[in-house]
Amino acid sequence: MRFTKDHEWVVVEDGVATVGITAYAAEQLGDVVFVETPDVGKTVSQGDSFAVVESVKAASDVYAPVSGEVVEANGDLGDAPETVNAAPEHAGWFAKVKLSDPAEVEALMDRHAYEAYLGTL
Amino acid sequence: MRYLPLTPEDRQQMLHAIGASGIDDLFVDVPRSAVLPGPVDLPGFAGELEVERELGALAARNVAAGTVPFFCGAGAYRHHVPASVDHIIQRSEFLTSYTPYQPEIAQGTLQVLFEFQTQVAALTGMEVANASLYDGSTAAAEAVMMASRVTRRGKAVMSGGLHPQYAQSVENLAHASGVATVRLDPAVDGEDAVIAAIDADTACVVVQTPNVFGTATDVTRISAAAQAAGALMIVVTTEAVSFGMLKSPGEMGADIAVAEGQSIGNALNFGGPYVGLFACREKLVRQAPGRLCGETVDAEGQRGFVLTLSTREQHIRRDKATSNICTNSGLCALAFTIHMSLLGEVGLRRLAALNHQQAVKTKNALAGVSGVEVLTPRFFNEFAVRLPKPAADVVEALAARGVIAGVPYSRLNPGAGMDDVLLVCATETVTDGDIDAFRTQLAEVLA
Amino acid sequence: MSMNNVGRPTTPQSTTASGGFASLTGGRGLLQDEVLIFERGGWNKTGVDLPEATMQADDLGDLLRREPIGLPGLSEPETLRHYVRLSQKNHAIDLALYPLGSCTMKHNPRLNEKMARLAGFADIHPLQPQSTVPGALELMDRLAHWLKTLTGMLAVALTPKAGAHGELCGILAIRAAHEARGDAARKVVLVPTSAHGTNPATAAFVGYSVREIAQTDDGRVDLADLEAKLGPDVAAIMVTNPNTCGLFERDIVEIARLTHAAGAYFYCDGANFNAIVGRVRPGDLGVDAMHINLHKTFSTPHGGGGPGAGPVVLSEALAPFAPTPWLVHGPDGLRLEEEAIGEAAQAFGRMSAFHGQMGMYVRAYAYMRSHGADGLKQVAEDAVLNANYIKARLGDVMSPAFPDGPCMHEALFDDEWLEGSGVTTLDFAKAMIDEGFHPMTMYFPLVVHGAMLIEPTETESKHELDRFIAALRALAEAARAGDVDRFKGAPHLAPLRRLDETLAARKPRLRWRPEAPASLAAE
Repeated sequence: MRFTKDHEWVVVEDGVATVGITAYAAEQLGDVVFVETPDVGKTVSQGDSFAVVESVKAASDVYAPVSGEVVEANGDLGDAPETVNAAPEHAGWFAKVKLSDPAEVEALMDRHAYEAYLGTL
Repeated sequence: MRYLPLTPEDRQQMLHAIGASGIDDLFVDVPRSAVLPGPVDLPGFAGELEVERELGALAARNVAAGTVPFFCGAGAYRHHVPASVDHIIQRSEFLTSYTPYQPEIAQGTLQVLFEFQTQVAALTGMEVANASLYDGSTAAAEAVMMASRVTRRGKAVMSGGLHPQYAQSVENLAHASGVATVRLDPAVDGEDAVIAAIDADTACVVVQTPNVFGTATDVTRISAAAQAAGALMIVVTTEAVSFGMLKSPGEMGADIAVAEGQSIGNALNFGGPYVGLFACREKLVRQAPGRLCGETVDAEGQRGFVLTLSTREQHIRRDKATSNICTNSGLCALAFTIHMSLLGEVGLRRLAALNHQQAVKTKNALAGVSGVEVLTPRFFNEFAVRLPKPAADVVEALAARGVIAGVPYSRLNPGAGMDDVLLVCATETVTDGDIDAFRTQLAEVLA
Repeated sequence: MSMNNVGRPTTPQSTTASGGFASLTGGRGLLQDEVLIFERGGWNKTGVDLPEATMQADDLGDLLRREPIGLPGLSEPETLRHYVRLSQKNHAIDLALYPLGSCTMKHNPRLNEKMARLAGFADIHPLQPQSTVPGALELMDRLAHWLKTLTGMLAVALTPKAGAHGELCGILAIRAAHEARGDAARKVVLVPTSAHGTNPATAAFVGYSVREIAQTDDGRVDLADLEAKLGPDVAAIMVTNPNTCGLFERDIVEIARLTHAAGAYFYCDGANFNAIVGRVRPGDLGVDAMHINLHKTFSTPHGGGGPGAGPVVLSEALAPFAPTPWLVHGPDGLRLEEEAIGEAAQAFGRMSAFHGQMGMYVRAYAYMRSHGADGLKQVAEDAVLNANYIKARLGDVMSPAFPDGPCMHEALFDDEWLEGSGVTTLDFAKAMIDEGFHPMTMYFPLVVHGAMLIEPTETESKHELDRFIAALRALAEAARAGDVDRFKGAPHLAPLRRLDETLAARKPRLRWRPEAPASLAAE
C-alpha cells in the first residue's frame, strides 16, 4: 500500500490501482454520509479531483493519486457510505484505475513514510 | 428613540467598562476622510402616528384589488386567505426566528418545513420538494441550472407559453453561466412545439401549464420526448390552486416541477414576497438548490427534524455549491402550509372548482361582447381574449371606470406584436356582479 | 484529498438522561408532543367554508386530476392548536438575545407589520395599471432615496430578493460593464478567505473562477496579497466591510484604489452595514456595488429563514447596467420601465418576475422613517457599543480572536480558552440553550479556529446584555471547572436533545410517506 500527502492510498495489482482514503483521513472527516465516485471510463491525471467525500458539515475533494482510466467504482458506497469509516483501507475503497504510468506509484510514500508524515501534522 | 433601549447613563457606564472615552474611540479604524461630520441629509426620527400618517397616505393612493371588480392574474393571484393564517405567521416564535440552524430550539419551524415539503410534493405529484426558493421565476431559473448540471449539457428550450418574465429570468441567469436558451415564439396553445426544438445538446425543456395565456396542456408527450433525448422535463405552474383540479406535473412525467406558491396563503403584495415551490425526482435531489428539511431522531430517540444534505449549499460548498441561495421564503412557506392545512384536499378541490367556475362565467360573459374573441381553448382560471383595440388602452379606459380588467400581454412582451391580447383571470374572489360590471363596461368602452 | 474537517460530531455522543422524570404521554408539561398533520387523519376534513361550485368542469376532460392528492385538512381550532404548539418549540428574538453573528437579529417593530398589511400595499397586483399604483411607486422611490443617501451611491436596483440575489445582481452588473467596454478577458473574482459562502458561490454560479485573498494576523485583507493577485484577468473583488471578523477594513480606501487601478470593480458585501449606517457612506470608500440586507440592517423579520430583500446600490460606473425594471421620473410622474429600452437600454436583464419585495420595502421604509437620520446613526453606535461591551466583559474568561483594538458590531472569540477542557465550541454553544439563549454563530468565519461570533445588535438593553454576560461567564467557569457532562449532553432543557444529523444525511427522509400496507411490509 502506498500513500499520498493528501491522504489517499493505492494498492496495485496487475497494473490496476485500487484507490481509497486513509484511516487517518476517515477519522478526521467524522461520519461520512455520502461518497461520489468517478464514472467508469473516465481518464484521470494524477492530482485531479476525481471523487468527493462528504460528512454532514463538510465536503472534501479526493484527488487521483495516479493517472489512468477508471475501470471500476465502488457502487456499495452509495447505500453504505459508513463503510468509509468502518473500513477505510479495505471495503471502503473508492475506485480502480488502470495505470497509465506505473512509475507514479513508486514515487508515493510507503506506510512507514506516511506515518512519519502524519507525525509532522 | 423607541426602539433603542440604551440610556445615556448606560452608554457612559458601558464606555467606561470598555475603557473608551467616547463612542468615536470605537470607530478608530474608519478612515478619517470617510467619517461623516454629522447626520446624513434625511429627516429626523418620527413617532408611530407620524409614520402611519405618511404610509397611510401613500397606500390610499393605490387602487386595492378588493375595492373593485378585479381580473388580473398572469403570475400573481388574488385569493381569500383565512384570518387565522395571518394571525399565526405573526406569532413571535415564527416571525422573529432565524433559519433553523439549531434544531433543538427550532423544531417549530423545522416541522412546518417538513409539512410544507410533503404538501408541495403531493401537490406537484413529485417525490421530494425543498424548503422554498424566492419565487416561481427564480425557481424556474434554478431548475434550468440544475438540469444543466445533471445532464452536463448547455442548452435550455423554453415554450412560447412560458410567462415572458419567467423566460427573461431564466435567460439572465443561464446566459451568465454559459447555458444557451431557445425561446419559442408566443403561442396560446403550442406547448408541444418544443418537441421539435429538442436536440442532443438540450439539457432541459421548460413548459408551463396552465401557460401564460391560461391554456392547460397535458404535457406527458413532451416529457417522453425530452427524456428520450436525455433531457430533463421542467414543468412550470404559476397558479398553485390549479393543482387542486388539474393533473399534476408528476403525473405528466416531470423531472422537476417549479411553481409560484403565492396563491396559497399569501397576499398580492405588488409582486413580493412570494414563495417558490421546487420539487423533483428523489434521485436528483443532491443537485437541487436550496434548503432541505429531513427527519431524524435526537439523543433520546425522539423524532425530530433537521436541515440536511447541506453540503450542496453555499455555506459549506462555497464556489462548488448548487446555488448561491441562502435566505429563502420561510415565512411565506409557513403561510402556505397553514392555508393548505386549513383547506385540506376537500377544500382545495372545492376552491379550484370555484375558480374554474368563475373563470368560465367570465369567459362566457366576455364572449358575448361584440368584437371580443376568446383565444384560450382549455383553461383553469385565466384565459386570453383578442380585442378590437390595443389591450393596454382598453385596460386604462376600464380602470378609469373602476374595473381592473386584466393584464395586456404587451405589458409582459411588448415586441411580440400581440398588442390586442388581454389576459383575464377570475378567482373565487370575483363575484357574479363583478363579472357583470366587467361585461357592461367593456361593451361600452369597445362601442 | 482536500481535507475539510471543519465538520464536528453530528451523531449525539451522550444520552445522559435529562432529569429522570418523564410524562406518561411524551409531552413536557405545556410543551405538547405534536404529530405531523399527516398523522392525525382529517383526509376528508376542511377548515375553510366554501360553497360547492354549481358548474361541472367537464370541458377539461383528460386534464382533470382523478387520483387523490394526499392532503389532510384541519378545522380552524385544530389549526391554531397545531401551529401554536409548534411555535412554542422555537427560540425567537422576542424571547431573548439572539446573538447570531453576521445575521443581525434585532427587534422587529410591529408598526412595520401593520403598515405592510395596509390594503393599499398588500392588496395590489404587480401588473395592474401603473396609473392605479402611484402610491406604491412613490414608496419605492422614497425607499430608494433613503438607501442612496445613506450609502452615498448614485443608483439602486431594488429587485433582488435577498442578499445572495443582490450579490448576483452586483456581479452581473459588473460583468455587463466589462462587456460594454469590450473587456471580456476578466474571468476571476477575488474573495477573502473569511468571506461569507455566498460570495464564492455567487461568483462561481455565473462562471467566474474564484481566487482567495489571504488575511493578515489582525484579521484584515492582506494588501500585498491583494496587489499580487489583481491583474488583467480580475473582474471584481468581493469584500465584506465591516468584515466577517467584526472588524473595519482599515485599508478600505487603498483596497478600492488598487482594485480600480487594475481595471476591476469593488463589490462590497453589505451584510454588516448595521455597524456603520448613518456614520459612514460606502460610496465615500470607493465601493462600486453593495447589497443591503433589508432583513438585517433595516429590520424586516427573518421569519424562520426568509423572506428577505437585497437592494443593490451602484456607483456611477455601474448604474447604467442595473437590471430591469427601472423606476423613472417621467413627465406624468413615476413609472416603471419594465424592458431594456429608453433610459434602461443598457440594463443587463431581469432578476425575477415583477418588481421585487414590496412587502419588505414598506417595512424597511417604516423602520428608517421611524429612526430618521439621527436615529440610524445611533443604531450603528449602539450596535458597536454593545458588541464592544460584550468583548470587554468576556475578554478575561474567553479568548477574543483579535484582542487589540475595538471590534465593530460583533465580537469574535476563538476556542483557545477551551483548550484542554474537553469542551468544544459546539458543546459550549449548545449549553447556552439550557441557559435560555440562542447560540452565537459557530465555526464561522473559517479563518478562526472554533470561531464564536457574537452580534448583540443595538436593540438589546444593558440589562439583557448583563444577563447574557453573566450566563456566559458562569458557563465559562463550569467549563474550566471540568463540568464536562453539562456541555457534552447539552442541551438538557430544550424541546429536544441533540439531533442525529448523520442519520438524516445518510438516509434522507425528506417528506412524510404513508406506512406501507402490512402486505407489502411483510415482503
